Amino acid sequence: MDLGAHAVFIVAAYAISTAVVAGLVVWVIADHRAQVRTLAELEASGVRRRSEASRRAAQ
Amino acid sequence: MDALAALLVRDMRLAVRVGGGALVGVLFFLIVVTIVPLGVGPDLALLARIGPAILWIGALLASLLALDRLLAADHDDGSLDLILTGRAPLELAVAVKALAHWVTTSLPLVIAAPALGLFLNLEPGAIGAVALTLLVGTPALTFIGLIGAALAVALRRGGLLLPVLVLPLTIPILIFGVAASNAAIVGPVPFGPPFAILGALTLLSLVVGPYAAAAALRHGLE
Amino acid sequence: MSREPTALGASEDPRSVALRAVSSTVKTGAMGLIGLANPSRFLAFSHRLLQVLVPVTLAAFAAGLYLAFFVAPDDYQQGATVRIMFIHVPAAWLGMMCWALMSIAALGTLVWRHPLADVALKAAAPIGAAFTFICLFAGSMWGRPMWGTYWVWDARLTSVLIMFLMYLGLIALWRAVDDPSRAGRAAAILALVGAVNLPIIKFSVDWWNTLHQPASVIRLGGPTIHPAILLPLLVMVVAFTLLFITLHVSAMRNEILRRRVRTLRLMQAEAA
Repeated sequence: MDLGAHAVFIVAAYAISTAVVAGLVVWVIADHRAQVRTLAELEASGVRRRSEASRRAAQ
Repeated sequence: MDALAALLVRDMRLAVRVGGGALVGVLFFLIVVTIVPLGVGPDLALLARIGPAILWIGALLASLLALDRLLAADHDDGSLDLILTGRAPLELAVAVKALAHWVTTSLPLVIAAPALGLFLNLEPGAIGAVALTLLVGTPALTFIGLIGAALAVALRRGGLLLPVLVLPLTIPILIFGVAASNAAIVGPVPFGPPFAILGALTLLSLVVGPYAAAAALRHGLE
Repeated sequence: MSREPTALGASEDPRSVALRAVSSTVKTGAMGLIGLANPSRFLAFSHRLLQVLVPVTLAAFAAGLYLAFFVAPDDYQQGATVRIMFIHVPAAWLGMMCWALMSIAALGTLVWRHPLADVALKAAAPIGAAFTFICLFAGSMWGRPMWGTYWVWDARLTSVLIMFLMYLGLIALWRAVDDPSRAGRAAAILALVGAVNLPIIKFSVDWWNTLHQPASVIRLGGPTIHPAILLPLLVMVVAFTLLFITLHVSAMRNEILRRRVRTLRLMQAEAA
């Protein structure tokens, strides 16, 4: 596939765009893992959300 | 109406009294107009060519930097809460404050502009055009800046955030203000159309600014 | 106009039957939107949605990239660099659509007080900013071979640059306000003010550009877009849109979880 004389610019455009998209994906996945982990730690230490407490009380 | 008139007079008195706020704006304007040739070089032809732009950018920056005096002081001493709970509609109250701010801060810039135009080797026609476009355009700068001031009113470390928020919104004013000024000098484009658009933008800002600022104050301070 | 008997025995004409069907669909959609206002329900819904979205997005990009590189011909003016357009144009489109989405979310926050509206707004802003950056960078890479410089003050690039600055300003405002709900409302107002201003800015930058560049400028894509280029472009637009939706839903999920963490931490601090 011949990208012509300006191949480096085409490659750079696609490479940086891929890098930015990859950065977004990594951010979303890592943030998700961090939040889930923190939630698990907090719930393990006994803190409960209001809606859960009222559900238990209703049982 | 009495309350609004009283607010107008109070704001204008405060602006003139406290720390020479209004004249500091003119001083800043003068400094900007001084440092541009120091950076660009003393070529008078070049300065005449970019003169209207320098004046417009200087006025834009000067009115931006003065914006945090618009609402922050009232927020700090509690009078903003009084205005919020007062009987006058909040939109009108902030419009009146912006008007007072324009008269005491931007109008001196408009008056100083012709003198500064001489520093930039502008011809009388150009000076007149710049002054007229500043007169029509600076209210838009103040009323759009009012929105940023209202959004940032409760921030302690506001800093440069206010100019960062306001500057992109003022770009159309700058474009048409400079274009109208340049039309009087360089002139393939007549003065009329950009000046009319500038006027339209100002009128639009007189409405949008107070409404958005009032909404920002209500949502931000509840 | 023929009249058909309905189940209740009364006769109705087809137009009102159709009208009822449309209005009930709209109501279901609206109820769905309101139903999703419950964060827990949104979390469950987003989990199922993402299981579908991720493979579909990947497939769309596979198709789009294949079309972009192996099917689309070289442009007679721009050569192979026209392929940069397959990134530049979708990214610009998504950058603008993201601001429109933020404006609708802003209305949801300020007018309808939908509970997840400010979550949607906060999640969208960095994604929109990133897509706008991609548009600017790709545009710069396109400009260097075309115009000889990495940046050129043409109307589209300049307008997109200003929009990028406004994105960053909105993110900065959100981070500057401590209280999350107050931050959300301030950002909502700024999003709406920006929505009003962006067309004005686009108009004024276009005007400014024609003023300063009266000579003929190579327009993006040439005088007309050849159909062989149009199809890859459309597929890439679809792929980028799916990518945006995937990222946005994921980021909204994370934001809801983050707020739960904050609530739990506050409760923990109170109990101590």
